[in-house]
Formats: sequence, C-alpha cells, structure tokens
Amino acid sequence: MKKKTSTADKVFVICNSIFMILFVVITLYPVINTIAISFNDGIDAVRGGIHLLPRKFTLKNYSVVLNKQNMTTGFWISVLRTVVGTLSSLAANALLAFVVSRKRFIFKSQLSLFWVITMYVNGGMIPVLLLYKNLGLTSSFNVYWIPGMISAFNMLVLRTYMQGLPDSLEESAQLDGAGYMTVFIRIISPLCKPVYATVALFVAVYQWNSWFDTMLYNRQKTSLTTLQYELMKLLSSVSQQSGSATNMSTTGSSGMVTPTSIRAAATVATMMPIVILYPFLQRYFVTGLTIGGVKE
Amino acid sequence: MAGKRKNTDVYTPKFTLKEAKKQWVLLVIGAAFTIYGLIFYYAPLVGWIMAFQNYKPKKGFLHSSFVGLEKFKFLFSDDAFIKVIRNTLAMGVLNLVTTFIMAILFAILLNEIKSNLIKKPIQTISYLPHFLSWIIVTGILHDALSSSGIINEILMNLKLIDTPINFFANTAYFWPIVAFANCWKETGWNAIIYLAAITAIDPCLYEAASIDGAGRFSKIWFITLPSIKPTIMILLLMNIGNVLNAGFEVQYLLGNGLIKSVSDTIDIYVLTWGVGNMDYSLGTAAGIFKSVVSIVLIFGANALAKRAGEERLF
Repeated sequence: MKKKTSTADKVFVICNSIFMILFVVITLYPVINTIAISFNDGIDAVRGGIHLLPRKFTLKNYSVVLNKQNMTTGFWISVLRTVVGTLSSLAANALLAFVVSRKRFIFKSQLSLFWVITMYVNGGMIPVLLLYKNLGLTSSFNVYWIPGMISAFNMLVLRTYMQGLPDSLEESAQLDGAGYMTVFIRIISPLCKPVYATVALFVAVYQWNSWFDTMLYNRQKTSLTTLQYELMKLLSSVSQQSGSATNMSTTGSSGMVTPTSIRAAATVATMMPIVILYPFLQRYFVTGLTIGGVKE
Repeated sequence: MAGKRKNTDVYTPKFTLKEAKKQWVLLVIGAAFTIYGLIFYYAPLVGWIMAFQNYKPKKGFLHSSFVGLEKFKFLFSDDAFIKVIRNTLAMGVLNLVTTFIMAILFAILLNEIKSNLIKKPIQTISYLPHFLSWIIVTGILHDALSSSGIINEILMNLKLIDTPINFFANTAYFWPIVAFANCWKETGWNAIIYLAAITAIDPCLYEAASIDGAGRFSKIWFITLPSIKPTIMILLLMNIGNVLNAGFEVQYLLGNGLIKSVSDTIDIYVLTWGVGNMDYSLGTAAGIFKSVVSIVLIFGANALAKRAGEERLF
C-alpha cells in the first residue's frame, strides 16, 4: 500500500516539475529573447537564430531609440503622469476611505454605495469623451490624473484596512483635542503605510502602462503623448510592413539598425522600470490583493 | 477567507444637528467627493440621451432631434454588430474559463512544491507578465507568431508543418491566441489569491489524510479544492460581470483587416463608429447595450452568489 502511493507521488512530482519548467520557460523566453535581440546588431539579427543571448553585441539600437525626440518626450510624460497620478490618486482615495471608514460618519453607507456603483455603471466611451472635451481636459496633461483619481476598488481596499484599526486610537486622540484631519494625517496614515504602498503600486502600474487615453484624448498633441503610446506607434508601423522588414534597415545615424532591433530596444526600455522594481514590492501587492478579495 | 468578514458597521449615528456639527469636516470632504463623482462618473450617464437622438455636436442635447429607438434598430439590423456581440461574448467567456482554470491549476501545483528556494523564484517570475503593458505583450506575441518566429520555428523543426503558418491571417486562430495571451499575462497574478486561500487551510487536515493513506492526488481533490471552493466561487461571480469588459486592448492591438470578422468587439465597434465616423449617437447606443448586458450579468451573478452562499451555510 505504502509503496503504491509513493510511486504515484513520484509520478506527480515529475509531472509537476515538467509543468513548472514549461511555465517558467514560456513566461521568460519571450522577454529574454526580446532583450537579446535589443542588444544584437540589427542586420545580424535578420539571419535569425538569436534566442537567449545576443550574437553580435551592440548598444546602437538603444542609442538610436534614446535619441528619438518622441521617445524621450514620451518617457518624461510617462514619468510625470505616473508620479502626479499616483500621488493624487493615493491622497484622494485615502481621504475618501478615511471618511467612509469613520464609525460616526452619518452618510458612510450612502457614500460607499455611491462609489461602489461607479465600479459597475459608466457612461461609456462617447459620453465620457464629450464630457472631457467640454471640460477642456482633452489635449491637456490634466486628463491623465484628474478624471480617474478615485478608483472604487482601491478605495475599498483602503477602507477595509482602516476599518481593521482599533477605534480607541481615534478616540484617545480626539480626547486630546485632535480634529479629524489631524487624526487622518498623524494617526491613521502612519499605520496605513503597507496598504498605501499597495495602492500606490496598483496606480503606478496602471499609469505607466496606459496608452488608450493618450490615443483618445491627446493624440493631436505630440508634446503630451506617453511612452507606451509612442511604442505602440512604432510597433504598429513596423508590424504592418514586417514582410519587407529585411530591406528596410534604417539609415541616418547608423546603417546597422533594423526596425526589428529598434522595436526590441524600445520594448525593453519601456518595460525595464517596472520589471526592475516589482520583485521588491511583492509583499505589498500580495497583501493588497488578499484584502481586495474579501471586500464587501 | 470568506469567514473573516466582520459585521461591524452596523452602528450608524442618527442625523442630528449636534452630530453634524461635530463631524463637519467629514461632511465637507464627503460633499467634495460627491461633487467630483457626480461630474466624472455620473454626468456621462446624461449623455445616454444621445442614443435616442440624431445628435449633432453643434446643436447639443437640447436642440438635436429625437429619433426614438432608431439607432438601436440600426444596430440590431447591422450584421457587423451582431458579429461583434458574438465575438465579445465568445472571447469574454473563453478568457474567463481559461484564465480561471490556469490560475487555480498553477496555484495548486505551486503549493505542492515544498522547497521555498524553488517556489519563491517561480512565483516571482509568474508575476512578471502582469506588469507588462498590452502594447508590449502583443508586440512580443506578434514576433513569436510571425512567419520567422519561435512558434513556427519549433513546429517546422518538429516536422509538424512544412511552411510557416500565418497566424494572424486565419480566423480560426484568433480566439485561442487571445485566450493564450490572457493566460500568459495573468495566470501568476490571479493565482496570488488562491495561494493565500490554500495557505489558510488547516495543516491538520493533510496530516489526518496522510495517516489514512491518502496520496497527493486525493489530498488535492478532497482537501485543497473543497477548501478553496468559496474563494473560487466569489471570484468567478465577481468576474462574470466583467466578461464584456475584457474585449478591447488585446483585440484592438492584435486584430487586422483580414480577421476583422472574428476580432472586432463591441468597444472596437464603438470606437470605429463613435470616434472614427463621429456618429456619437450610434456609438453611445452600442455603449448602452454593453452597459445594460453587463448590469444584467452582474445582477444574475449576484443572485447566483446568494444561492451559492445559502448552499454553503447548510
């Protein structure tokens, strides 16, 4: 009996290992391959056969990408919208969560419901576009951070966390004469650092990866387009002509780059900031998701 | 996990002037957020009027002529729109099912790895694709599936095919590609919550099962899966309402003229008609259709959830 189970277990372990190896390979290979191509000489890469390491190492692709005006502008706009968007959204969501998590607040359930509804009902693309046009938000940087400042999901994550803090903290501070804003800034916020980090991470990733709002609202204004949008333009302009990519080597600053290699370098440059950061922030998003899952 | 929910919050003070005066700060902040919400989240709903009008931007809501349900009639007589509904639903359901199964499978199998030295790095790697934008993911997919890409290379080397497959020119491949892209991007991320649920299972259950001679399979089948069933149910029901929302970025970025008939979704239809052709009324009507279906799905899912909740109680 005992032997039988152990052979079954062995088969299981082997199958499981194969599954995990396949999973890791399928996840990592495309990313590593893109990195390898981005560091490889463009013309040489056309021959194919580059998998995990560059064959003919060069930094040319990156120097071409980083010297493109629209890419550098896009980079700074992306950085700016990520910083401004994350800070404003975190402050607004935290303040709202603070208000609706106060036990004594008269309208706490009504105000919560008001925001939960926005998770499910929205006006749709066209009415929103017209509204932003009328408010003068199109062709402006403000469209990146003002309209989407509150996310009901993030607000609920924060609210759940704040509700878990002991009430006595607030009460004793109030006995000492502290107002609500003092309680929020001095007492609640310091205790909420982990969940603030979680929400900031969620928002920052969203901000950094957004491209559709740029396309819809700020397409005409090249000084306001983001890195992701510029990358999309670059990728789609090439993929339409991928058949003739071989004989399309870019002249100009050098004769050794091709659309494929430029594309790879731009892709790597765009994903690097987040890829480098996320492993250090793991514990934050794990807690955040677990709180979010038990909401309501 | 579901058991952790608290029933605090029951207490709400009565509305009295004295109480209001005490918490005027909260009231002011609450009012400010309500105004903000009315402007940015509720005001667009007023724009739904456009769907019943022949809306002209110059005339505005007030002076555009009303046409009743004409725009909706046009929508449902438009073959393209019917196809778009089919595509959105098909891809939404396919994505939901495949990403769900993959996430649960991955969580369970990862949990079976006992060594943290192996488990942690795999988990970290599994999150990676979630942090890449769809622009990057679809760009990578385009490369991998191109005629000289890795997939064709493997298939040719295995002698399964003689000439490279043009994946983006054949309508049969598109839905599976989209489902795969979603699985690739979100499996590790979605598994987080299941792993948390699995960690919460009482180890005594497994020990008792071992004493009774249960193997790994039976432990997974009789302990792990039933224990995380509530989590699975909650997430499934929460996601059903979002089925129609899963139909934009990938399809927009991966689709092309050759496979339009299977790749276009409701959102792309709205974009083409509403923004591209400036027919705001038609775009709004299509958007309303999507919202209404989503709301029906949410209420349906909630009703089911209630029932499932009752079942769990007894």
